[in-house]
Amino acid sequence: MIPAGVRTSLAKHPFLEGIPEPLLDKLMGMAFEVTFEPDQVIFREADPSSFFYLILSGTISVEIAMPGRVLRIQTVGEGEELGWSSIMEKVNKQFQARSLSAVKAVAFDGVRLKAECERDTDFGYFVMCRILEVVAERLRATRFQMLDVYSSRGGAA
Amino acid sequence: MTAGEPATLIAAPPGIMEPLPAQVLSVDKETHDTFTLRMEQPPGMAGFRPGQFSMLYVFGVGELPISISGDPEHPGELTYTVRSVGPVTYQLVTRQQGESAGIRGPFGTSWPMAECRGKNVLLIAGGIGLAPLRPAIYHILRHRGDFNRLVILYGARSPKDVLYKKELAAWNLLPDTQVLTTVDYGGVSWRGYVGVVTTLFKFIRLLPSETATILCGPEIMMRYAIRDLTARGFDERQIWLSMERNMRCAVGFCGHCQLGPYFACKDGPVFNFPQVKPYMDLYEL
Repeated sequence: MIPAGVRTSLAKHPFLEGIPEPLLDKLMGMAFEVTFEPDQVIFREADPSSFFYLILSGTISVEIAMPGRVLRIQTVGEGEELGWSSIMEKVNKQFQARSLSAVKAVAFDGVRLKAECERDTDFGYFVMCRILEVVAERLRATRFQMLDVYSSRGGAA
Repeated sequence: MTAGEPATLIAAPPGIMEPLPAQVLSVDKETHDTFTLRMEQPPGMAGFRPGQFSMLYVFGVGELPISISGDPEHPGELTYTVRSVGPVTYQLVTRQQGESAGIRGPFGTSWPMAECRGKNVLLIAGGIGLAPLRPAIYHILRHRGDFNRLVILYGARSPKDVLYKKELAAWNLLPDTQVLTTVDYGGVSWRGYVGVVTTLFKFIRLLPSETATILCGPEIMMRYAIRDLTARGFDERQIWLSMERNMRCAVGFCGHCQLGPYFACKDGPVFNFPQVKPYMDLYEL
């Protein structure tokens, strides 16, 4: 059960901006509050995709772990999302996620969320449009990152 | 001039057409490939305004445009932050204290400090682009009461490429000042943001209508950043950027740095965005 204060914070989350009240009620019924301590691994690469998170406070790094080395490729924080792939079937986690500070978030079970999207298409359309915005933004940022604009070649790669 | 009247030669001020020798006062390592040189200001050379550049000449090797990165109100010396990427820059960063190099300048237009007064100032820097912005930061901090909130967003390739680490940390502790640094890729010891500089926009709380924005960095970064800023309601006319093209003569004679109707060396490097907007996406330029 989500406390009233968290519901108010969640309604202001950019992912849910403009959400009709009945759809918010439906989401609230599936949501639960989670917290992570600093430096806690939230999920690892290849873990079965499980939860989708809306971050209320704190910072999380998305990482690639290699033998003897961890590369941080993205940070997400307040007002952002983590684990969008959990809404897709048969996709395990592509990266590792770790909290860099104390994190407060609201989590949704990806399987349940997807099932509800299929059952209630108005709800599903809203959620999928927002997920698409997140994915598009991440893709754009990744392409920009790939340009390596700060190298001595100045983005000429 | 009328027919028969003798031509009059107008002498250029010292240090404009020919380099003046100047002693290196110190060379400090900023990162693995970037160094800051403090040099004496040659006698007779004019002071500089934030955003201007000099031509630095290593005798017998070559000459390059380098932005001035020091405090404009610290007379008697000129500071340059140089990334070693070729023969001239290598020679510059390996100078020893007391050795000399030639300086011409200062050249070009400057950051619009007068237009920024009374407003929030958003500075967006990428890579070595933080260096030309540092004089503007010094100016704002020296005249703090003239400006509202100062926000500095800085993007670098990796944690080891972040310039002026101590100053960034110190500026972030100042009242009404916010400094956010992000890197494209970080290791486990990096506790800051990871992602391109535009991903920091969501963390700033500035009213677009009351904000002047200044950008310096790779052109492609500035293009993406301006696209995001205007989508968030920032006024194009309140955006200034530095377009550093292939400056050679620095006085608008040679034409190497031509950008549409402008020469970046004398009409720039600092432009108001609407001036250069039509030329930023052209492959041929």
